[in-house]
Amino acid sequence: MISPMSDAPSPVLAVENLAVALPGGGDRLRAVDGVSFTVSPGEIVCVVGESGSGKSVTAFSVMGLLARVLKPVAGAIRLLGEDVLSASPQRLRALRGDRMAMIFQEPMTALNPVLTVGDQIEEVLRIHTDLGPKERRAKVLAMLEAMHLPEPERMHASYPHQLSGGQRQRVMIAAALILDPALLIADEPTTALDVTTQAQILTLIREMQARRGTGVLFITHDFGVVAEIADRVVVMQSGRIVEQGPAAEVLGNPQHPYTRMLIAAVPTMTPARRPPVTGAPALETAGLAKTYRSGGLFTKAREVHAAADVALRIRHGETVGIVGESGSGKSTVARCIARLIAPSEGRILVADRDIARLPERRLRPLRRKIQVVFQDPFRSLNPRRTVGASIVEGPVNFGTSPEAATARARELMSLVGLDPAALARYPHQFSGGQRQRIALARALAMEPEILIADEAVSALDVSVQRQVLALLDDVQRRFDLAILFITHDLRVAAQICDRLIVMQRGRIVEEGPTAEVFARPQAAYTRALIAAAPGREFGRGAEPVAEAVPA
Amino acid sequence: MLGYVLRRLLSAIPVLAIVAVLVFLMLRLTPGDPAAVIAGDNASSEQIAQVRHQLGLDRPLPAQFAIWIGNLARGDLGESFFFKKTIGELILGRVEPTLSLAAATMLIAVCVAIPLGVVAAYRHGSWLDRIVMGVSVLGFSVPVFVIGYGMIYVFSITLGWFPVQGYQPLAGGFGGYLHRLVLPSLTLSVVYIALIARMTRASVLDVLNEDYIRTARAKGQVERKILFRHALKNAAVPIVTVVGIGIALLIGGVVVTESVFAIPGLGRLTVDAVLARDYPTIQALILLFSGVYVLINLLIDLTYGLFDPRIRQ
Repeated sequence: MISPMSDAPSPVLAVENLAVALPGGGDRLRAVDGVSFTVSPGEIVCVVGESGSGKSVTAFSVMGLLARVLKPVAGAIRLLGEDVLSASPQRLRALRGDRMAMIFQEPMTALNPVLTVGDQIEEVLRIHTDLGPKERRAKVLAMLEAMHLPEPERMHASYPHQLSGGQRQRVMIAAALILDPALLIADEPTTALDVTTQAQILTLIREMQARRGTGVLFITHDFGVVAEIADRVVVMQSGRIVEQGPAAEVLGNPQHPYTRMLIAAVPTMTPARRPPVTGAPALETAGLAKTYRSGGLFTKAREVHAAADVALRIRHGETVGIVGESGSGKSTVARCIARLIAPSEGRILVADRDIARLPERRLRPLRRKIQVVFQDPFRSLNPRRTVGASIVEGPVNFGTSPEAATARARELMSLVGLDPAALARYPHQFSGGQRQRIALARALAMEPEILIADEAVSALDVSVQRQVLALLDDVQRRFDLAILFITHDLRVAAQICDRLIVMQRGRIVEEGPTAEVFARPQAAYTRALIAAAPGREFGRGAEPVAEAVPA
Repeated sequence: MLGYVLRRLLSAIPVLAIVAVLVFLMLRLTPGDPAAVIAGDNASSEQIAQVRHQLGLDRPLPAQFAIWIGNLARGDLGESFFFKKTIGELILGRVEPTLSLAAATMLIAVCVAIPLGVVAAYRHGSWLDRIVMGVSVLGFSVPVFVIGYGMIYVFSITLGWFPVQGYQPLAGGFGGYLHRLVLPSLTLSVVYIALIARMTRASVLDVLNEDYIRTARAKGQVERKILFRHALKNAAVPIVTVVGIGIALLIGGVVVTESVFAIPGLGRLTVDAVLARDYPTIQALILLFSGVYVLINLLIDLTYGLFDPRIRQ
C-alpha cells in the first residue's frame, strides 16, 4: 500500500475538518466539528471519549451510516483518496464491506438471528464478488478457521444464538475482513465482552490487521484498551478533538486537561490497604444454591447450577465485592439474597432470621432491609412516573405518610448531589449518572441495612463512575451500610471493596481482603482474570476514590 | 418434534369434548322444535310427536348425548333431520366452495398486504405510509356485506366484468371457477389486507431499528434485500399469527359472504341448518369448525419454528 508518489505511505483514511449538524433543540449545534485525523495502512488509531463526545458519529460518518437526522455539513472524508461524503449511494454501497468494513459493540444483536452464520459471512461475497457457491463456501470456511473458531463446518451452519459472545464477535470480524478491506472500523467491539474474551478479541484484531496491513479506526471509552492496542490516539470531547498523537505520548504525557482528567479517572488496579471492618454481621449465607431444571416428559432433563454452595458474610460498614465473568453466578447470588428469585437450597441470615424460604407474606416486612441498585439506570426507573413518585413509593408502602416520605426524598436528593426540585421531573430528563444517583436515593429511602449494587456503575463513563463510587462510599459511612458489590470490572472492585469474592461457574473459587487477592491471587482463574484486564500496567497514577460528592 | 405434534393433537381432545357438550346442550335449550319444523305448519300434535319419536328426540337428554357420542366415536356423524342425507356426504359436498373461497381470500390478502406493510414501514411517516394506514382503517370499519354489495354494484352491474352471484365447481373448468371466485374473495380479503398490512408495518418497523439491519448496510447490501431478506423473516412471527387467526376467522366470515354471493358452501349450510333446527348437522359443523381452529393454531405454532431457529429448539 506504499504510494509511488511519495516516501510516506498515503493514508487509508483522511478525515478533514468534518462537521456534522445536530437537529435543532440539542445541547449543541454540531455533533462533531472541525474533526481532522488520518489512519495509515497497518496503523491502529483509537478515538477515545466519553458518551456524547462524537466518537461514534465520526465512525458512522465514514461508513455513511449516520441516522437520517444527522447531516455532514462540512469537510471531507477520504477513503484511499476518494471523498465518501460526495459519493453516490451506489458507490457507497460498493465501498462498504469491500474497501471499508465495520464491527460493532453488541455481538449479541449485530448478527441476524434467523440466518446462519455462514450465510451472513457469504453475503459479503455475494454482494461484492462473482464467486460461485463452492468458492464462496471454501473462502468462508478458511476465514472461520483463521478466526480460530472451532469446527468451521459446524460453525458455518450454526445460528448466532448457538454461539458465545466472543464467538459472535469473531464471526463479525470474519465478515468484515473477508474481502481484505483497507480500513476496519471497530466501534467499542469489546465493551460488551468479558475480560478474558476481550483480551482474545483484541489479540485477534491485532493479528489480522498486522498480517493484512489493514488500517484500523478503533472507537473506545476505555483507556485500558487504548493502552493495549493503539498506535495513535485521538481524544474527543463534546464533538471536538482536544488532543491527538502517538499512544505513548498521549498516555504518558497528556497535554490537555480533559485527557488528564480522563486518565486520572481510570481506577487503578492496585487496591488501597483497607483496615478490616469489625462491625456486626448484617448478612450471612450458607450453602446457598440456585439450580435451574429444564426438560420434561419427552426431552432429556437438564440441570444448570447457576450458583452452588455459596457462603459469604457481610458486616455493617463493609463492602464485599463479587467479581466474575458472565455466567459465573454473581448476579444469581445477588438476586437470591434480595429474594427476587427463590434460592433452591441454603440459608440467608438477615438479623439472625433465615429468609431463604420465608413465604412472601412474612418476607415483605423484611424486604426494606435489603435494597438493590441495578446496572441500567435507563431501564430501572419507570419512564412514566416522576422521580419523586418512584422514590416515595417504597416508604409509603411501608406506612410512612406521603408528606414525611416526600420530605425525606428531598433530603436524599441533596445527599446524592441532585436538586430537590428535580423530584417533579421524569427519568428521561436526567443523564445516566444522575439516574444512577436517583436509583441510589430510591434505595436509601427504604432505610436499608444491606445495599446490593448489581453492576451499578458498569454502564457509566469513567469520570461519572468515579463520582458514583465516591457517593457510595459516602452513604455507606453515613448509614453504616453493608454493601454487596457485584461487578465484572476488577478495577472498580479494587477501588471500593474491603473484601473480594471471585466466582466461576456458580462457585466461589477465591475470597479474601481485596489487597490480598490482587497481590497474591491463589486460584488460577483469579490470576487469569487479572492478567486479562486490558492495559493493566496503565493507570497506576490514580488515587483511590475521594470523599467529595460533586453536585 | 413428532412428540410435540402428538401431544398437541392429544390436548385437542378435551377441547373438542367441551365443545361437544356445550353445543349439544345449548341447541336443546334454545327455543324451536325440529319436529315441528319438519312436520310442517299444518301438522297435528300427534304427527309432531311421531316425528319426534322417529328422530329420537323423545328420549332423555343423557341418552341422546350418549348415542351421538357413541356414533361419533365410530366415525358416524349421523343423518341430517332436514336434508335426508348423511352429514358426512352433506359436508363433503359443501367443502370445496368454502375451501376455495378461504384459500383465494388469504392468497390475495397476503400477496397485497405484506408488500404494502413492508413499504409503509420502510417509508414510515411519508404520504405513502399515511395513505396505506388510512385506507386500512377504512378496511377495518366497513362491514363485509357493504363491501360485497358495493363490489357487485361496481364490477358486476355497472362494469359487467364478473357475474353477480353463484359458484361453479372446479370440475366445471378452471376459468369459470376462477371467474366466479374473484369478487367474493376480493370482498372477504379487504379486512384481512387491512389487518395484515398493519401488523406487517408495525413488526417490520420494529425490526428495522435492530443492530443487524445496520450490519447488513455496513456490508453494502441494497435496501430491497435488507427489507425482504433480513427484516421480513425476523418480523414474520407476529405476521404469521395474524394470518393464522385470519384463516380461523374466515371460516366464520364465510357465512355472510356466501349468503351475499349465493355460494353453496359450509357457511350457507350452517345458516340453513340453524334455520331448520337441524340438530345433528349443526353439532357436526360446529365440532368441525372447532377442530379446524385447533389444527390451525397448531400449524401456526409449527410455522414459528420455520422462521425462527431459536423457537425450533
